Amino acid sequence: MWRNSLMLLGLVALLASACERKAEEPARSAQSATSGATASTGPGASTPTAAQPHAATPAETGGAAPGSSDVILLGEVGSLTGAEASFGISTRNGVELALNQTNDSGGVKGKKVAVRVYDDQSKPEEAANAATRLINQDRVKVILGEVASTNSLAMAPIAQAAGVPMISPSSTNPKVTLVGNYIFRVCFIDPFQGYVMARFAHDHLKISRAAVLKDQKSDYSLGLTEFFTRKFTEMGGKIVSTEAYAKGDSDFRAQLTAIKSQKPEAIYVPGYYNDVGIIARQARELGIPTKVPLLGGDGWQSAKLFELGGRAIDGSYFSDHYSPDNPSPTVQKFIAEYKAAYGTVPDSLAGLGYDAARVAVAAMKKAPDLSGPAIRDAIAQTKDFPGVTGTISLDETRNAVKPAVVLEVVEGKLKYITTTPP
Amino acid sequence: MESAALPVSSGLPRSLRGLAPFLIAIPVLAGLQLVVSQAPFLVYLASIVGVNIILAVSLNIVNGMTGQFSIGHAGFMAVGAYVSGKFSLETKNLAISLLPVAASDQLIFVAALLIGGSFAALCGFIVGLPSLRLRGDYLAIVTLGFGEIIRVIVQNTEAFGRALGLSGIPQRATFFMVYFWVFLTIVVARRIAASTHGRSLWAIREDEVAAEAMGVNTTGYKVRAFVISSFFAGVAGGLFAHFVPIINPGSFTFVKSIEVVVMVVAGGLGSTTGAILAAVVLTLLPEAMRSAFITLSGGQASLAQKVDQIRMPIYGILLVALMLLRPQGLFGSREIWDVLPRWFQRRRKSVVS
Amino acid sequence: MADLLQHLVNGLATGTIYALVALGYTMVYGVLKLINFAHGDVMMVGAYLGYATAQKLGRPAQSSLVGVLLIFLCAMAGCALLGLAIERFAYRPLREKPRLTSLITAIGISFTLEYGFQLDFGPLPGASPRAFPEIIRATEWFVFGDRDVVIWNWQVISLLIALALMLTLQFLVFKTRFGRAMRAVSFDHRIAALMGIPTDRVIAGTFMLGSALAAGAGILYAIKDTAIQPLMGLYVGLKAFVAAVIGGIGHVPGAVVGALLLGLVEEFVVGYTASSWRDAVAFGFLIIILLVRPSGLFGRVAAEKV
Repeated sequence: MWRNSLMLLGLVALLASACERKAEEPARSAQSATSGATASTGPGASTPTAAQPHAATPAETGGAAPGSSDVILLGEVGSLTGAEASFGISTRNGVELALNQTNDSGGVKGKKVAVRVYDDQSKPEEAANAATRLINQDRVKVILGEVASTNSLAMAPIAQAAGVPMISPSSTNPKVTLVGNYIFRVCFIDPFQGYVMARFAHDHLKISRAAVLKDQKSDYSLGLTEFFTRKFTEMGGKIVSTEAYAKGDSDFRAQLTAIKSQKPEAIYVPGYYNDVGIIARQARELGIPTKVPLLGGDGWQSAKLFELGGRAIDGSYFSDHYSPDNPSPTVQKFIAEYKAAYGTVPDSLAGLGYDAARVAVAAMKKAPDLSGPAIRDAIAQTKDFPGVTGTISLDETRNAVKPAVVLEVVEGKLKYITTTPP
Repeated sequence: MESAALPVSSGLPRSLRGLAPFLIAIPVLAGLQLVVSQAPFLVYLASIVGVNIILAVSLNIVNGMTGQFSIGHAGFMAVGAYVSGKFSLETKNLAISLLPVAASDQLIFVAALLIGGSFAALCGFIVGLPSLRLRGDYLAIVTLGFGEIIRVIVQNTEAFGRALGLSGIPQRATFFMVYFWVFLTIVVARRIAASTHGRSLWAIREDEVAAEAMGVNTTGYKVRAFVISSFFAGVAGGLFAHFVPIINPGSFTFVKSIEVVVMVVAGGLGSTTGAILAAVVLTLLPEAMRSAFITLSGGQASLAQKVDQIRMPIYGILLVALMLLRPQGLFGSREIWDVLPRWFQRRRKSVVS
Repeated sequence: MADLLQHLVNGLATGTIYALVALGYTMVYGVLKLINFAHGDVMMVGAYLGYATAQKLGRPAQSSLVGVLLIFLCAMAGCALLGLAIERFAYRPLREKPRLTSLITAIGISFTLEYGFQLDFGPLPGASPRAFPEIIRATEWFVFGDRDVVIWNWQVISLLIALALMLTLQFLVFKTRFGRAMRAVSFDHRIAALMGIPTDRVIAGTFMLGSALAAGAGILYAIKDTAIQPLMGLYVGLKAFVAAVIGGIGHVPGAVVGALLLGLVEEFVVGYTASSWRDAVAFGFLIIILLVRPSGLFGRVAAEKV
């Protein structure tokens, strides 16, 4: 018995001593993991996993046309149920509107476009699941999604490894597009958004002491907190208190009590709308006066914000992608069409979904063929695209450079305050 | 009480008997691996099924064979997933110079699995020792509690990525590796069931006081069952971490524990084949329903979403119905080869008469 | 110091809500020896029923005394019926079967309620949280220092309602015939049946009572946290059960003590460390208590008959 264990120990020691750093594989791209299927065929097989240049796999999944070849299939992943349901539903409506309009005006390369939508229940592992299914089973050409940065980060490596272009309509965390050159977005990124709110607080509201209440379960919130904090202190402001909660919590009193004791002039709450509404209420209940506004980001954007926040959220501000008060004819036409189809004024999620879908369609029209690399290149060349959320030009890191608006919550409605150019 | 079936003695020489199943299984799995590696979605689906099989069969050792109420299995899965994932992450750039890269990767992967499983087994020991003195219902709530505590600890540990989870784990799990461990788990479970060790476990399940009176060290056996079961749960977690792109605490909640418990109960408490069958069916059913609805409704995705949503409450109703109509599960505490002949006999009888 | 007082107030508020739910758990366990996993979800249903009633009543009516009473009564009555139905159709057939079977059934019902309420067709509300209407207009009743400690009217009212419900229960259990029957059944249900007690009816009544209390707790919880969503009952239920076990399961006053203790411990731990540990506190506390006193604080150490 112990003789065996001794032998085993010896073997392990031998292997451990033989460990060394792997030589750098030049063609292996930054973070993408080769999926298990294309890797080794089992222990003992001696084919090295060495650099399969990633162009090889895309041709396999992106180029092969799906069975019914007179429909071009796109994929969309969104939170249609769960906590961030309003994000998913608005985005899907925007995408659907765009694709219906495309089909009415002749489709792409003579074929109709269709979208397969999967619900990820606001959970990143479901988003990854859905992306895998879209790529491997449905064989879509382009993936649209997701809204929440955490979910996009779960999907991006899968899309990148398979060579399927992915366009996020509203994920603002910079890490998303850094996953690889197949990942794009049509919105601004958080370093800019954090700056927008910091400048608004400092210059417009003349605030020098702010507190932060961040959502530690979301990359979006953590990223925004970092950028806001940095910019605000650069401008001379002071962050007097930083507290954290977890998305889905219902009781924020402990954190708010701690913040209250530091007497800030404003509280930055870069979270999602359903938590923010309750936070606002509990903050007022605990005695944080109404002259201390809450500040936030585009995660606030939802009709539910008013329902959950009630009077407590009046007088608070947040940064967003577009305002329905924008008099530009493109925007007003979009609002009219959306209202006719869905009965409500579109929010920025719907606008971004609309733009993302139209960018994808335009790229597919421009690309020489419908293979993954070709569509990818076409998307990357998007310049001065007339979107309803602003003119979209993608830079080298595949992000859109666009202005942001600041909106104020007044009696259950949004009031446009100002625009900050990029 | 139905006794577990003893393996029929084959005609092989003694020395080979233990090894025989492995000698057959390995080439078969290798062959399947070559065939299946062309269809990545199939591999993904099969891997999920495999992980669930390991979880169900390992939980069956504690809940089925030993008759305990453990409902915190996802916690051990989490430990295995995070520990092995972290190990793989840290050793991503390490290679053993004696071997080609692919083999070295797989070897490190196996090491990661073993380390993850061992940590999970250790947790099983820590959880088992104090709690197994408690009565049934109390044990249930304590195991549930431990599962939650493990999850919260992971959620608060910077090294494990807190609430955002761990990403970038090298995706080294192959069909072969997953199903090799499935096979191993099944072999271990069956051999325990048929051994004298297993007899003690059954005795504890039937009447603990009597077993103690007969000289069975009940606490020792219970803890041992717990440790073995958590080891395999940890391995399952490790495999899981190596084929999904990101793992976060949300994948290892109480709901996951309950799903595994349902598989064990639906298959029959104590029946290994029942647990396997239940795991396969309960994992594939929602996928099948989803695909069926998509094709039926001609790509109209909203109906498929409704199906997705309905799945969970139907799951609950199914549970209640199962308990009301057939509480012993599919196979009771016997295996499929005990039950099937009886069913066929019954059919033949009715045809004749 | 002010922090301490504020945490004390918050902890007691949470603790009384846990107590109301824990009472239901402990009573049902007492008579049936069953962990009713679905109890937390009955609380959730109560909150939604209260929400629906408040919506029906409309703005001014829902804040009036009569309105509030009506909201509570509707929710409690509705949940009592729900409890009756669950007991009749899901638990009664399994009464003589092994305990694991009933446990799994309870879990099944819990799932059905939780995920059923997340669907959004028909009368079902859907997964997004909803804001519970302000039926008690929030005003500050006690303020210490420069808003260092703020005690709101609804916190005090909530505490009073919870106490009233608990005293009613106490009266019912110890001063009425039904209560005596309940205690008899929980002692030994076979002997109780031999003595002529209609055990089925007593058990049904216990369920109804427990569910009504849970409904009350649900509305109080909705007032406290504003948002209601289908999964709100899950963790509250688990923690209330933990509280019942801490006090000694089956022991009615023990459940209240356990719940108040749990509420306080949880609030203090979260207040002085971080909110992410909240869920682990309850279970950690439970494990510590069970290690020291395996039958809970007030539980009877029952010898096992062979």
